[in-house]
Amino acid sequence: MSDPILRLEDVYTNIAQYHILQGVNLEVPRGAVTMLLGRNGVGKTTTLRTIIGHWRARQGRILLDGEDITKLPTPAIARMGVGFVPEDMGIFADLTVEENMVLAAVSGPIDSARLDWVFSAFPPLKTFWKSEAGNLSGGQKQMLSIARAMVEERRLYLIDEPTKGLAPAIISTMARALKDLKDQGASVLLVEQNFAVARALGDSANVMDDGRVTWSGRMAELAGDAGLQERLMGLSLEAH
Amino acid sequence: MSAAPEHAPRMAQLSLGDRLGPWMPLLLVPALVVLGFLAIPSTSSWLTLTVSGLAMGMMIFIMASGLTLVFGLMDVINFGHGAFVSVGAFVGISILLMMGHMVEAPSLVLNLTAVLVAVIGAMAATGLMGWAFEKVIVKPVYGHHLKQILVTMGGLIVVEQLIIVLWGPEEIYFTRPETLQGAITFAGAALEKYRLVAVVVGLAVFAAMRFVLRRTKIGLIVRAGVQNGEMVQALGYRLRLVFIGVFIAGSALAGLGGVMWGLYQEVVSAHMGNQAMILIFIVVIIGGLGSVEGCFIGALLVGLMQNYVAFLEPKVALISNIGLMVAILMWRPMGMIPVVKAK
Repeated sequence: MSDPILRLEDVYTNIAQYHILQGVNLEVPRGAVTMLLGRNGVGKTTTLRTIIGHWRARQGRILLDGEDITKLPTPAIARMGVGFVPEDMGIFADLTVEENMVLAAVSGPIDSARLDWVFSAFPPLKTFWKSEAGNLSGGQKQMLSIARAMVEERRLYLIDEPTKGLAPAIISTMARALKDLKDQGASVLLVEQNFAVARALGDSANVMDDGRVTWSGRMAELAGDAGLQERLMGLSLEAH
Repeated sequence: MSAAPEHAPRMAQLSLGDRLGPWMPLLLVPALVVLGFLAIPSTSSWLTLTVSGLAMGMMIFIMASGLTLVFGLMDVINFGHGAFVSVGAFVGISILLMMGHMVEAPSLVLNLTAVLVAVIGAMAATGLMGWAFEKVIVKPVYGHHLKQILVTMGGLIVVEQLIIVLWGPEEIYFTRPETLQGAITFAGAALEKYRLVAVVVGLAVFAAMRFVLRRTKIGLIVRAGVQNGEMVQALGYRLRLVFIGVFIAGSALAGLGGVMWGLYQEVVSAHMGNQAMILIFIVVIIGGLGSVEGCFIGALLVGLMQNYVAFLEPKVALISNIGLMVAILMWRPMGMIPVVKAK
């Protein structure tokens, strides 16, 4: 775990009067997929939103490649190469798929080789390239949301529940695309409730409870120990 | 998991109804024109009224377009928008009065140059004022609608009073440049030259706005920002700068509308912006908050309606636009082309 791309040091975040994050310590190794797991409401999404700067950490530090980004505005963090796929997908419904992608390519025109790669991962995006994104199905919207992050090479990808509410066929497309991203050596922090996907993709795992990271280790270790899962997350996710 | 069938959707042909649906509001304008044709006994009167209605609509559009973007993008209800209309008119007319020799000369080139200088001066003044207005008055109240209404209304009153301080309490009367006076006769109908100019300018502004919004990256950012500002920032765009830019552009457009409105009426008063606000709000609401296209169609409908009804039934004219608003909101409660989803 030396030289992590991202490090959270004792991060506290409040939303209104609620104390959501209560001292999160987290390391995201370079060139690997790091899972952020835990029951609903333990602060996984808030952790991602605090990293990208949508919520402000009240206390603690967030370091990207050793640089303190805790107080930076969201656009500046994004420009440092952080791609964000929010839980609600954040699709611009009235814009076409193409326009969504053009916007996501912040540094200039879309690289055509990169776009071909995105199309090979998510063929429906090519089919609906000129259609309004609002008319896409839920799974296609999720593809677009991830594709927007993938359209440029980012230093770090923050992806929040990419398989939420999707049919198995689409989950496998999604998992394959994320595997593709991983094989390219991307650094990913992934929130995922689907344990099969988490086990297939994750290199390391962090389990959160009550606004803190309560366990960190190798994903394989967590996946192979039903008792540990039961203890950390209250139930065996294997059953789901 | 891997055994699941591949997800491979195909495009289906849209039904005629689906394809026509989004264009329905656009059809309202010709429908209203045809309705006017049927209701007005004399063809020449109808033609005159139609041109006059379109001209009025274009001017309202120019004044209102900035407001709809400001509301859509920044969720700011700016009751002070009318102040930019008034200031634009006063600055523009003052410049024209200073260039009296150019305005009175019977030369189209000199006249248009004078008007162009006045327009640039007015837009520069209102753009600058928009920048200051955003910084001083609007910035502290982002996210609070009630405070926005109160504080921007206050800003409007302050600006109105400042106009009285600077230009005096009297209305200023003037005459339009020589070559923009009078009318041309077409098919037996007298068409005022200035109204034709207003139609052309309005179309040009609309085309330019559409081009910027549809074909440029900054336009994409604005349209995306109207829908999901947070995500636009997460992609790396400084929405705050775009906000200020839109506010300045919207204010400058209101200034342009003010000059044109002033030239149309040949009189300017400190309250003209405030009076125009009623029509502007109607147009922005029936168009759909945040939609430039909706605003354009709404403005044309309001302009035509006002002119037709004033000719047919003068007493009803006062409520005709409110009636139009009620009818359209019953048909489409979010406005004709809703962009901003209910928050």
